[in-house]
Amino acid sequence: MLSDEAKKEIETELRQYEQKQAGSVEALKIVQRRHGWVSDQHLRDVAEMLEMSLEELDGVATFYNLIFRRPVGRHAILLCDSVSCWIMGYDRLYQHLQNRLGIGLGETSKDNRFTLLPTCCLGDCNHAPVMMVDEDLHRDLDPEKVDEILGRYQ
Amino acid sequence: MTGKSMATPLTQNIIPDREPLDITQYQQAGGYQALRKAIKELTPEEIQQAVTDSKLRGRGGAGFPTGMKWSFIPMGDDAPHPKYLVANADEMEPGTFKDRLLMENDPHQLIEAMIVSSYATQADVAYIFLRDEYKLAAHCLKQAAQEAHGQGFLGKHILGSGFSLEFHIHTSAGRYICGEETALLTSLEGKRAIPRQKPPYPQASGLWGKPTVVNNVETLCNVPHIINYGAEWYHNLSHSEDGGTKLYGASGRVKQPGCWELPMGTTIREILEEYAGGMRAGYLFRGLLPGGASTDFLVEEHLDVPMDFDSIMEAGSRMGTGGMIILDDKTCPVGMVLNLERFFAQESCGWCTPCRDGLPWVAHILQAIEEGRGQMEDLEILEMHTQFLGPGKTFCMHAPGAMEPLQSALKYFREDFERHIREQHCPWRN
Repeated sequence: MLSDEAKKEIETELRQYEQKQAGSVEALKIVQRRHGWVSDQHLRDVAEMLEMSLEELDGVATFYNLIFRRPVGRHAILLCDSVSCWIMGYDRLYQHLQNRLGIGLGETSKDNRFTLLPTCCLGDCNHAPVMMVDEDLHRDLDPEKVDEILGRYQ
Repeated sequence: MTGKSMATPLTQNIIPDREPLDITQYQQAGGYQALRKAIKELTPEEIQQAVTDSKLRGRGGAGFPTGMKWSFIPMGDDAPHPKYLVANADEMEPGTFKDRLLMENDPHQLIEAMIVSSYATQADVAYIFLRDEYKLAAHCLKQAAQEAHGQGFLGKHILGSGFSLEFHIHTSAGRYICGEETALLTSLEGKRAIPRQKPPYPQASGLWGKPTVVNNVETLCNVPHIINYGAEWYHNLSHSEDGGTKLYGASGRVKQPGCWELPMGTTIREILEEYAGGMRAGYLFRGLLPGGASTDFLVEEHLDVPMDFDSIMEAGSRMGTGGMIILDDKTCPVGMVLNLERFFAQESCGWCTPCRDGLPWVAHILQAIEEGRGQMEDLEILEMHTQFLGPGKTFCMHAPGAMEPLQSALKYFREDFERHIREQHCPWRN
């Protein structure tokens, strides 16, 4: 069940839209911030609040790549695979992350610390290659720098 | 403004690694004067006229004249309300990072621009549609909006006038297609971001069926300066027919990748050599995408073409966002096109068949060629797709945009494709 705080937060956000459904993405993000991902139960709760059918809300939840419908690790790594990062060394970074974490794209490390996800252009191409970890952008990366950065996220 | 800032109005307040100006500093630098002038001295129609006269064209990629876009908004007492103004801040075109610069470093400029533009179109509600990954931009804009509210620049009866504006920042949750203006509106309504058929255009039937104008962040940021200094001044900033300055970017193996505000119509060569510092040592220039992933490659012979909408179009490409991506001689052109087409295949919204099924097929064939499993007939199949997925065959411009780098790569780098097929491996890999 959604906590009272989550409900209150969602209701506050809904005020900026003409219709409840318009708050769907924001509501899902609120749930995700609190729980890490959006479970079936949470999806049902949010659908009820927004007066949407479960199917339609799930359609929204699965369309947007930053809404997680499966559990993720404590930290999400968004690795940019778009063209400027690709030119500047994406392959090398991806190889390194794979070896280091023992996972591929879409997977979570055994210690549940990291989930590795692909993302398209993060809009920081003059500092390619780049990645985000949770809400932080990391730029001008190379494998050594990646190791140092991963160490900051426990 | 001093001489230098007169030449670069959009970035005049931007100093790298400095906190953006708060509302007091922004006003000391001349900020919110355009808003005062607009509301106290000008009618919405006069502002629309000034924007038309300035020859400002949309900076999101399509280059549609902004004044004309606004002119389709119903005005006067019979116009349906509420009307909306939406800033498209979903910057996700690969190779593009100009709107981030504007929002993180001078958020009040965008907010003032949105208030003036809302007044000009008599919008009741304004939204910023911001991509979720731009966390710092969201923070800066929220703070600036709060300050603007505090000073009476947003909300009811702005500056004591009859004009009121409700203002919101909507953060999204990914997907490139949200940058397409009708998909953006569908997304803002809380649905899957599927583009809409046009007509009706958003100005007639946009957000919740009401008149809506959607403008790119950089486009909007020009408006206060046009109001302050006039259409003629603005138009004269440019070296070309289109008005104003442009934020050009460069990424790839150049010495100093970056983003610079320069006169519209600056040549590609000047941007690459003077500002990006030329190629890095050990790398040679082979080609570039002038304005993001969905533009045609240009090559050496085009380096003296001015970067403006019409000149780049004549050269066979599109200026797009002005975010140039440079291909060097140590990067495989087939691999680069494969990267681009995988991106487009993944980001297709899946609504119409040519795009949903065609793009993965294109990516699949390119992968085979890159991995040394290609056949000469594959090149014909790729050519065929550039027609089948071209303009008019799909619901929106996603797939036609995806075909631009492919069709031009087949033209300029044909020999590289054929070599992959003949030698049955990628010459750039051992």
